[in-house]
Amino acid sequence: MYRYDEFDQAFVRQRVAQFRDQVARRLSGELSEDQFKPLRLMNGLYLQLHAYMLRVAIPYGTFSSRQMRRLADISRDYDRGYGHFTTRQNIQFNWSKLEDVPNILAALAEVEMHAIQTSGNCIRNVTADPFSGAAADEIEDARIWCEIIRQWSTLHPEFSFLPRKFKIAVNGAAEDRAALRVHDIGLQVKQNDAGEIGFEVMVGGGQGRTPMIAKTIRSFLPKEELLSYLESILRVYNLLGRRDNKYKARIKILVHELGAEALTALVEHEWQQLREGYVNLPDAELSRIACYFAPPDFEETAGTDSGLDKARRANSGFERWLERNVNVHKQPGYAIVTISLKPEGGVPGDIDARQMETVADLAQRFSHDELRATYQQNLLLPHVRKRDLYDVWSLLAAHRLAEPNNGLIGDIIACPGMDYCSLATARSIPVARSISRRFDNLARQKDIGDLRLNISGCINACGHHHVGNIGILGLEKKGAENYQITLGGRSDKDAAIGEIIGPAFSAEEIADAVETVIDTYLDLRRPGERFVDAYARLGRDPFKERLYATH
Amino acid sequence: MPLIKSGAIVDDPWRFPAEDTPLPETGPVAVSFNRWRREKAALLARGKPLGLLLTSNDAAEDIATDIAEFDLIALSFPTFQDGRPYSMARLVRERHGYTGELRATGDVSRDQFLFMYRCGFDAFEVADGDAIEDWLRAVSEISIWYQPTTDPRGTLATLRHQHPTVG
Repeated sequence: MYRYDEFDQAFVRQRVAQFRDQVARRLSGELSEDQFKPLRLMNGLYLQLHAYMLRVAIPYGTFSSRQMRRLADISRDYDRGYGHFTTRQNIQFNWSKLEDVPNILAALAEVEMHAIQTSGNCIRNVTADPFSGAAADEIEDARIWCEIIRQWSTLHPEFSFLPRKFKIAVNGAAEDRAALRVHDIGLQVKQNDAGEIGFEVMVGGGQGRTPMIAKTIRSFLPKEELLSYLESILRVYNLLGRRDNKYKARIKILVHELGAEALTALVEHEWQQLREGYVNLPDAELSRIACYFAPPDFEETAGTDSGLDKARRANSGFERWLERNVNVHKQPGYAIVTISLKPEGGVPGDIDARQMETVADLAQRFSHDELRATYQQNLLLPHVRKRDLYDVWSLLAAHRLAEPNNGLIGDIIACPGMDYCSLATARSIPVARSISRRFDNLARQKDIGDLRLNISGCINACGHHHVGNIGILGLEKKGAENYQITLGGRSDKDAAIGEIIGPAFSAEEIADAVETVIDTYLDLRRPGERFVDAYARLGRDPFKERLYATH
Repeated sequence: MPLIKSGAIVDDPWRFPAEDTPLPETGPVAVSFNRWRREKAALLARGKPLGLLLTSNDAAEDIATDIAEFDLIALSFPTFQDGRPYSMARLVRERHGYTGELRATGDVSRDQFLFMYRCGFDAFEVADGDAIEDWLRAVSEISIWYQPTTDPRGTLATLRHQHPTVG
């Protein structure tokens, strides 16, 4: 993974000092909250219902045991002993005190971490396929390009006051595991007929109150020209994006209002001028960055006698976990392990300090010291020898981190909702917990099969309900929490926005309603048909009939 | 309003007459883009120094062919959140080759100085004359930059590979 050199290190230290000064000016009253707000937001600091919340960047979801241990220390020293992993591969601390934040940032800087651009109207922390560098279907490691984008976008002088936030995701494998089509820019690595590597560039996806699927504006961009092309898109957006209404300020609205063709023409026109004389990254710098993402020292003989079959036969819990939480690795003898942060009845994405340390130990002992945070609010050990899987499972299970529900109905994505968030209109966490308990039977979960259930506590859609196969949106109606169900959403290559199924349900009814949806699917599916495929075939009506007839 | 230029508070020789008031007979004067278009002949006859005050709604490319006529281009920030002048500044400097004074006016404060400076602004109208110390501090708070812009300081990608021990 990427390591800071003396320059990167000096830069984050300077940024900490700069923010320390901004906090001091706020605490002394020299800055009002209104003046301070854009400054704190550019450093990931929100003012929530009960306290300041600090969102720490985990660029493209890749981090080390040392960094995880530091997150554990911070949660103990400055917070309440836990953290919350988000859909954007970041971690949030919910109980920060303003006067502590400069010290937290200094502690992060020591382990090559920061909170730069995890909020605010700027280019946000870039995200990637969490399987990068391990995926069997990989074309090129997306993280090389993510790191290049991270550096280019960091305190970009031209793009720090955009009309609205701006999210970029990169996917380097055949399957889209980075939700490219619901990002402001999605970059899909591909190879052209001449064998050259480049990107398909998608623009204008997003969720929130106006969900949109991104449009492809360039089918192949040579990789050397990535930054000049990104700069062209951002410049067109910065100059033309709407600033009169924050709900219409994202680039998706510009794409929608101008049309994809007109936007493409504007971007290409800007690029034709900008690329002449643009200082592309020197080759030496490109290869310097790429070197950090070279494959670790895999053991060629790792797969010869994994002993897995014997262990699997001896222990059904281990077998269930292998089936769901272990994925194929590009290197024979290795596997990708998902660490579930979705225990039955738990808070999706939450992890306590002891669990963080356990995970750090496991990464160090068994996964070349690498960890990943995923879009689904879980963690990954990307490079585990198959013969170590049983030991890894045993240790995870001892710390409630081995729930074998990866990609099943218990693997719920949920935003913090009204338990923490000042924007929320309803609670998300209690709904997630009640659905998780309702489907606590693992055999039943397995029978239901692949299913993504996502919950947002307001229309801003941080819980990605629009792209859940089952989406739940929490709303407030006459002082009571109400939950609207959408069906058929997905964030993969065939990305789609879920359809609203009908009137909302109360907090007491929502778990029953989800169960009715599931029962309808189980009754009507064809053998082996996934929920999302059954919904595509059947449409809304059978679900609607069952939901509202019995209601 | 106090004016910061080249790291010091300086006197501002420029006048910015309102849209419908007559131009002063002599002295540096800056006009809007509309007035420039309407009164181009008279303004050119009046002679230099001549300046232009652009708003966020003006387009940098509309002045590209005339750019050599101006000794001052002032870009106005209606609010600090309006980031359009940053793009306009880079376009004026980097694409259209403008070398005269590039001034930030409007909602300008210390926490934007660094971004403005990096985009090619070299003059800053500020509300407070004491701001010079803030300015000096703000533009030196960060000394390392990842992106190539007009700022004479080198970017990191270049610095790294000048350095024999790194990389």
